Amino acid sequence: MSIDTEHDDLSQKNAGGLPQDAGQWTAKLRRSAVEAFPPDRLMPDRQPAYVASWIYVFGVITLAALVVVIATGSVLAIFGPSWWHTSSTGLFVNSLHLWSVEVFFFAMIIHLWGKFFMAAWRGKRRATWVTGVVSFVVSVGAAFTGYLSQQNFDSQWISTQAKDGINSTGAGALFNVTNFGQMLMWHIMLLPLVVVALVGLHVLLVRRRGVVPPFAVGAQAKVGDAAVEVGADDVGEERLDDEDAASEKVEERS
Amino acid sequence: MSPALLHRSEHRSRRFNPDRDVEEWKGAYVPYDLVKEFLIALVVVSLLVVLLSVLFSSPDDRPVTLGSWSRADPVDFATTAQTELANTSGTATYGPPYNTTPGSAQSIGVFTPEHWLGVHHPIDTSNDFVLGPLGTLTNQPKLAAALHAYRSASPAQRAAWNDAYAKAVAKASAQGGSLTVPSGPYGPVGVLVGSLTTMAQSGALDGALLSSHQFYGTDYTKPLLFIADGSYLSNLASKQHLSGDQWGMMNETGSYPGQAWLWLYTLWYQVPPMNSSSNGDLEVWAIMMGLTAVLVLLPVIPGLRSIPRWSRVYKIIWRQHYRETA
Repeated sequence: MSIDTEHDDLSQKNAGGLPQDAGQWTAKLRRSAVEAFPPDRLMPDRQPAYVASWIYVFGVITLAALVVVIATGSVLAIFGPSWWHTSSTGLFVNSLHLWSVEVFFFAMIIHLWGKFFMAAWRGKRRATWVTGVVSFVVSVGAAFTGYLSQQNFDSQWISTQAKDGINSTGAGALFNVTNFGQMLMWHIMLLPLVVVALVGLHVLLVRRRGVVPPFAVGAQAKVGDAAVEVGADDVGEERLDDEDAASEKVEERS
Repeated sequence: MSPALLHRSEHRSRRFNPDRDVEEWKGAYVPYDLVKEFLIALVVVSLLVVLLSVLFSSPDDRPVTLGSWSRADPVDFATTAQTELANTSGTATYGPPYNTTPGSAQSIGVFTPEHWLGVHHPIDTSNDFVLGPLGTLTNQPKLAAALHAYRSASPAQRAAWNDAYAKAVAKASAQGGSLTVPSGPYGPVGVLVGSLTTMAQSGALDGALLSSHQFYGTDYTKPLLFIADGSYLSNLASKQHLSGDQWGMMNETGSYPGQAWLWLYTLWYQVPPMNSSSNGDLEVWAIMMGLTAVLVLLPVIPGLRSIPRWSRVYKIIWRQHYRETA
């Protein structure tokens, strides 16, 4: 099999011995992914020594609970929304789903407070914080639509009460909490997709930036003590920060 | 300019801010098995969830239907049905997204978001909840005559009949599900409401409201709004500590934790002015949207982002680190 000379000029070849096209979108994406997440950063077997507190456990408990939520919800989806009202097995699976949601939120809220008191957004970790908070907000919506999809007294009462709040914002025109079919679709399809995508992105960002280090000893008096380098890739993020922009000085270093 | 020089020129230096920046970690790294930690967490969470499910199960109180409501409390049903017929019920006067009722939409100043998208789920309670369903009943000459009389009457005449029936039904009684309303000058309204009560008690009204447009219905908006207009549902909810002044919808029937994470949202409904404001829902949502935005943008809000450093809670979290580096 012959390979055209233009491609032969490229120095790199892939695992199959075929030439890599440096400008190809697939190649660019792969290169970016490998640069951002080399294997030892994506799945490290070492952590900084300061990662030694029970508070770190609540992030992984949140993830584990999410897996149980999705697994039990999938079983409920397989048998349909009426199954758990008429089957003792279904009721038990519904109970697993309910309690895994309770554990999920319990762990997530402690994780959130823990990260707040660590100021875990420091050191280019703002996106990690934002994806975490948005995951929490979307999860609240996912759980809420679950309560509306129960087809029992609770869902009747919650929907007729919640409609006033939703309608007052104008969103009730599009998001009708008394429409069981619509709420079920949001609960088992749309919102879980968003939650999983956000949590996945959040975990990737944690791996990308690592676990936030402790405040330096004497941090109270440390403001302005040292210069911090800001690379070109940080500029967009820094523009969010008006207070810091005012004190920033740009200097040529040649 | 060479690429290297350009790259260097894009670097800037700025003052260190401990609420934004970190010093590069130059200390020790220790073995940490993330996969093992996750699998252990998964096993522990699964066992905990199984234990909680075995011990506490999950609530599943039967829903209220128009049938069960009209059989359990026919007076409340008839009272509500008359307000639906007269277009004076909560749903009839709700405004967007169900209908247009001047002055019904909640607002903050000139900000009235209910009007932005307008009526999306049109409901005319008189026709949709009462006259329409009754029109599906056949072989009932008395009912047919009452429907004809009501439809052909003037608005003033209808209002007079409805007022008279509202006064009469306030003194109504029920025996074994049978409704007894004192006589009065309420024209055909007595037959209409009585027939609707009988239709509801048979279970036919639930089906008529649900399947008015299609066979496979999943939209319970109409029967839910009809049920919510009465007192029966809210009385049951109050007994289950679910009403608004009992921290409402964050609770569940029984002693289950419910949506405890909605505590802050529910809190605003308990305090003035939201607990008595006609715009309370919109005010609570505005507060919560503002607070959510603050939480999302916390890393760039001066002062707020310094709270973790000022609070010194981090000294507890990283106490081992500080002890070792002291």
